[in-house]
Amino acid sequence: MRTYDVCIIGGGPSGLCAAQRCAEAGLNTLLLDRSPSLGGQLIKQTHKFFGSKEHYAKVRGIDIAKLLQEKLTSFENITILTETTVVGIYEDFVVSTLHHNQYKKIQAKAILCAVGASEKFLAFENNDLPQIIGAGALQTLVNQTHVVPGETMVMIGSGNIGLIVSYQMMQAGMKVNAIIEANDCIGGYKVHASKLRRLGVPIHTKSTIKKAIGTDKLEAVEIIQLDEHYQEIPNTSRIIPTDVLCISVGLSPLHQLTSMLNAKSAYIQELGGWVPLLDDTYQCSVPGLFACGDMVGIEEASSAMMEGHLAALHVCAYLNQSHPQAAELIPYYENQLYELRNGVHGAKTLKGILKRKEAMNAQ
Amino acid sequence: MLNKTGVPTLEQVQSVFFNEVTLSSFKAVIECYEDIPCNPCALSCPVKAITIAPTLHSQPVVDPDVCTGCSICVSVCPGLAIMLAKVQGDTAIFKIPYEMNETFSPQQKVYALNRSGEIIGEGVVLSVSNKKHQNKTSIIEVQVDKALLHDFITIRGIHHG
Repeated sequence: MRTYDVCIIGGGPSGLCAAQRCAEAGLNTLLLDRSPSLGGQLIKQTHKFFGSKEHYAKVRGIDIAKLLQEKLTSFENITILTETTVVGIYEDFVVSTLHHNQYKKIQAKAILCAVGASEKFLAFENNDLPQIIGAGALQTLVNQTHVVPGETMVMIGSGNIGLIVSYQMMQAGMKVNAIIEANDCIGGYKVHASKLRRLGVPIHTKSTIKKAIGTDKLEAVEIIQLDEHYQEIPNTSRIIPTDVLCISVGLSPLHQLTSMLNAKSAYIQELGGWVPLLDDTYQCSVPGLFACGDMVGIEEASSAMMEGHLAALHVCAYLNQSHPQAAELIPYYENQLYELRNGVHGAKTLKGILKRKEAMNAQ
Repeated sequence: MLNKTGVPTLEQVQSVFFNEVTLSSFKAVIECYEDIPCNPCALSCPVKAITIAPTLHSQPVVDPDVCTGCSICVSVCPGLAIMLAKVQGDTAIFKIPYEMNETFSPQQKVYALNRSGEIIGEGVVLSVSNKKHQNKTSIIEVQVDKALLHDFITIRGIHHG
């Protein structure tokens, strides 16, 4: 069984940044990802990112994935295994992996989980019809494999993902017939909404989907208006014909791996659901087990990258092999996170992080 | 209104426009009406005409006396929220960011659209720029009637039949 100083699970924005810092500190580093290519969701993101230069603002997501990977190429102490799914982690930090139908085990002194999040789905009549698809899968289909699944689309959810994916689908040649939002305000950045509106895409707030219509495949959706208590208003439904229905109603952190080691977790609505509890060093309630990125709270990729750097610097310290620049880098990235969260959109995250910390201290 | 429809009010639009005297040469018009953590416009401006302060979430402010109308900010804005505008005689000339598949060429007649995506008139494409630094965001120079100055936002091709 191969042994490593640190096993980083997940090669998205958080895991890639973490791998760089662990390698710089000289740790024998293993980076695992279940996909054929590293970058996580970044590789589907054809739009330019927000933030500042430290978060690769104005760079397209797909190019950020390349830039983060390039930073790893010079290290001989990183082993990268793609198409490798972690199927179990055990108390003695043995990590069980599945690669091309072969199970393997490795041993690590520390484990850093950066496995991201999964999409939420919606319950409605006929939601299993073909051509009803999650936003992540639609991006994979169109942006990665270049298959456009229809001519027209309706999007459920006006968060940043719903807005951005709608825009991307228009770039791929689809017509977006409507964006449907249950809340009374658009969830994502208004600049994204304005980009779509000026191209003629209507955004319907206080509305939801009642049912999907079609026999062998989706043909239309029935949309209905909601009152302030999210109850359907009778006689306000209407039919919108569409080839594709895309669901983008939020993400849930993937806490299952840390829970396998009985790391304490809590349901924190502001962070997106069940998340592992963390101390100030991104360490779970199990010594040597660390977590960062969307799996500890749903945010933007910019925050996930900053957390990846920070968590890795703490992993290095835990393994008594501190990063040579830790003294400067830790306050630097903490300040970056402070800046990213120090606004209207960050207030919810900060509240959630405070709850996560209080729950950890109460243990 | 912006929060519910994605369309800013005329008051919001007018609050980020400069007067016609100032617009005798191209100036950046930034429609960033929300506090979001973002600053590529300010960082990319070669003459520091755009200020984002005190925090990363603050909305950008353009100093029209400093802005040279170079258009660098137009293609770096991830929100496609920046265009250049100038007034020339009875016309308004814009340089807008464009990322859709439709292609345009100089002298082409196009529909002028407002912020709700409605056709409000016709315009003429003056130039199309696709420089490498724009990173796949085209900048299209369009001339429309001056009456559309605060209404115009983007274009669509005119397809007959």
